[in-house]
Amino acid sequence: MNDTVGIVIVSHSRDIAKGTADMVRQMVGTEVRVAFCGGNPDGGLGTNVSLIMEAINDAWSPKGVAVLVDLGGAETNSEMAVEMLQPERRNLVVVCNAPIVEGAVMAATEAAGGSSLDQVRAVAEELSAG
Amino acid sequence: MLVKAAAEQVIANAPELTALDQAIGDGDHGSNMKRGFEAVLGKLDALGAQPLDEALKTIGKTLVMTVGGASGPLYGSFFMAAGDALRGKRLPEDLAEVFGHGVGAVSARGRSQAGQKTMLDVLFPVLETLQTAAGRPDLIERVRVTASDAVARTVPMQATKGRASFLGVRSVGHADPGAQSSCVLLHAVCNSLEAQQ
Repeated sequence: MNDTVGIVIVSHSRDIAKGTADMVRQMVGTEVRVAFCGGNPDGGLGTNVSLIMEAINDAWSPKGVAVLVDLGGAETNSEMAVEMLQPERRNLVVVCNAPIVEGAVMAATEAAGGSSLDQVRAVAEELSAG
Repeated sequence: MLVKAAAEQVIANAPELTALDQAIGDGDHGSNMKRGFEAVLGKLDALGAQPLDEALKTIGKTLVMTVGGASGPLYGSFFMAAGDALRGKRLPEDLAEVFGHGVGAVSARGRSQAGQKTMLDVLFPVLETLQTAAGRPDLIERVRVTASDAVARTVPMQATKGRASFLGVRSVGHADPGAQSSCVLLHAVCNSLEAQQ
């Protein structure tokens, strides 16, 4: 069992989401599944529930998925996306209260070591605790 | 017809909503709401063929999937919860209860309460009016006035939720865009119901 928690990055800007995912891949490597999305349904700045659902399913791991978001609507839309997943997946996805770039790198680092979803979330959220 | 009127009013007011959101938010509330309600307009035929509870849920889901900002899940949750609550209930007798479920869902989704300079500062007072003035002949007018007054009361509030909260005291002095879009929707519904009488 080499499964690791998957990481999803959701930004209002697809460029920020992609850049964050690039950083994670360079710093942590490719053993952690990372998916990202950004932009509203018209492609402008914003977030999109169906793209978030796709990203979660792309990064899916039996150990669960940690979602990192930037601002208000990204969080609300991510929570909505989680609720619209298949019922058996809903409880295995968490939206982390953490800064998006640092949170994604820390979460992926922790995930790469084989940690549980709770541990991955805790490490990301420590960044917001100070 | 009611849905069409409400959607058209939101779309017509999109520039004003965007202007309010440029003052204290990120300037996309008008265009987000316009995109959502244009998608609702595109489903009018399907909505007309559904019972009201299902139609409300379809409207909610459409907004969730198309708005692109926090207001999508917030308004979406309102309509989905109201649709759920409507099953087995009767209108207008149970309107306050159904509306209350919708307001509760917005509050839960946004983890927000009244007084934080959000759409809830319109929705809660309107719920109260629906509860206290149920059955009165002037209920529609009371709802309309409650909604307008409630928007005005968001002007001096300092935002503690949503994007405007980043501005702290600088959010004071502007009406809340979400409160205003709620008011636009409620007024459209009031006008439409009145025209049917």
